[in-house]
Amino acid sequence: MTFGVENLTVRFGSVTALRDVTVDIPAGRVTAIVGGDGAGKTTLLRALAGLVEPDSGNVRRPDVDQLGYLPTGAGSWKDLTVEENVAFVGGAYGLTGAPLAERADPILERAGLAGAKDRLAGRLSGGMRTKLGFSLAMLHTPDLMILDEPTTGVDPVSRIELWRMISETVANGAAVVMATTYMDEAERAASVVLLVGGRVLLSGRPDDLIGAMPGAITVTESPTDRSLAWRVGPVFHEWLPSGTPGGVDTVQPDLEDTCIVAELQSRSLTAGDRP
Amino acid sequence: MRAMILKEFRELRRDRRTMAMIIVFPILLLIIFGYAANFDVSNIPTAALGPQAESISQQAPDLFDVTIIDPSGTAENAQALLRDGEAQVAVATDTQPPVAFVDGSNLFTAQAAAGALGHLGDKITVEVLYNPDLITAWVLVPALTGLILMFIGTVVTAIGLVSEREHGTLEQLAVMPLSPSTVILGKIIPYFIIASVDMVIVTVLGILLFSVPFNGSVVLLTVGAAIFLFVVLGVGVLISTVSESTGQAIQMALFFLVPQILLSGMIFPLAAIPWGIRWISYFLPLTYYTMISQGIMLRGAGLDSLWQPFLVLATMAVLVFTAAVLRFRRDLTPRRSRAETQVAEGAAA
Repeated sequence: MTFGVENLTVRFGSVTALRDVTVDIPAGRVTAIVGGDGAGKTTLLRALAGLVEPDSGNVRRPDVDQLGYLPTGAGSWKDLTVEENVAFVGGAYGLTGAPLAERADPILERAGLAGAKDRLAGRLSGGMRTKLGFSLAMLHTPDLMILDEPTTGVDPVSRIELWRMISETVANGAAVVMATTYMDEAERAASVVLLVGGRVLLSGRPDDLIGAMPGAITVTESPTDRSLAWRVGPVFHEWLPSGTPGGVDTVQPDLEDTCIVAELQSRSLTAGDRP
Repeated sequence: MRAMILKEFRELRRDRRTMAMIIVFPILLLIIFGYAANFDVSNIPTAALGPQAESISQQAPDLFDVTIIDPSGTAENAQALLRDGEAQVAVATDTQPPVAFVDGSNLFTAQAAAGALGHLGDKITVEVLYNPDLITAWVLVPALTGLILMFIGTVVTAIGLVSEREHGTLEQLAVMPLSPSTVILGKIIPYFIIASVDMVIVTVLGILLFSVPFNGSVVLLTVGAAIFLFVVLGVGVLISTVSESTGQAIQMALFFLVPQILLSGMIFPLAAIPWGIRWISYFLPLTYYTMISQGIMLRGAGLDSLWQPFLVLATMAVLVFTAAVLRFRRDLTPRRSRAETQVAEGAAA
């Protein structure tokens, strides 16, 4: 089954947060939503979760008991222990006693939380708390997992562990949609959606998006057009919209380059002064 | 330093609730204390009964406002009028010398009445009912149970609900297979139980430590307390729906609590508050709970004389609790609108 949204528009007063957005979220895959601050990532996920009322368009999501949701920076009750969090969320989905333990124990084991069952969620490190939130969201084996920037502010080791859990969830057939600001994470997803200003700018498999990037990228210490360049470490990447002029070395673009180029291209099309 | 001070003023300017608290609260306190903080009773609802009722009503000093004149009334009728709260002093002239029964559950009124009647010497016998020694604790403890119910019901409930919003877990509850009524009741019932247990503890301690009498029906007081609890829990839920943080919830709860303490008749007698301020008292739930708890515990009053405060509280409970549940439900179910149909259609497709 494919979940997602079709021609979704969401307005908050006079501000249009999402404009005619269509995103497919197929089962057994990770769909990454990328974009800058205010791009509409969280609004899209909240609309998918049923927390925001669309002004127009369709939302395809499973029943509420087949939905897992991990909001930003939360996902657990800080004054409850890990075990009490599990008992509460399990109870809400009708899981108690032995069936709950059967389901929760392996999840907590994989999350590295088996030894922290008696610790208050509020006393866990950021990474551990996010893993607890993820564990709670997948406790009832949902068909659709909605994760809002689950790895933001999480240490690299916890990020790897979280991704292992996401991969396992997907391998079990669930559809996972996650907002992220990390492009290296987005590249691991089966498909990527780039949102800019509430619109979908790019959508597709990461390799396809990178392959379809117009023009070329060159690495330079002194860009010829600052408006088309961005800093990557000590050097600049510069987009050459017309391709490679003779004598200029180019590099293979990555997803970050591709997304930046898409945004630059969008701006120039809006301004009407560039291709 | 200058930058720091400027920053603070700018932040304050944008925090409208704190600004309101800083500016409005002191003015509110000044007005309430200035007008309401008055222990001097100048008007005591009085009944005159028996053969000399007419003459008593004509000779009574200005302090006594004789509103009931019953020439056929007896001392027994006089006591019933006090129990039912229809008068605070009832003079029975069917005995010689006449007996002035004074309602001791209205402490300051009773003190004023006893003082004025004491000047008459042997001409009249003064008998203070329900609180013969005019012990302050006897009057305060019944009202205090209301204050405790109000504190837990309003402040603690509001904080408990706002913390879900503050920590982002309210959204999580909204996407779990829990009906809004389950969430609301699940959040409220624990506070209902805690407040009830607290009320029992305070009442029992009041009886044990201060020998506060309990002359009326335990069941009736329990019903009254439960209705009052619904009102204050409703206020707590309402406050939580308009607060983004615990701090805001506490600020709003204070705005609700302070006038109740000062204007409910718990400390200052209602009769001593000028009408310009007293009308506010009649919109405050603690006013009616105080009438009920003092009436039942001290005077042994029944539903036949307390039906009015019961009715007002019950009406408040229905209105406030319904409004609170509707607002809280709205916070939990933004998806229950146009989107739901589309979701169902989409899912079916």
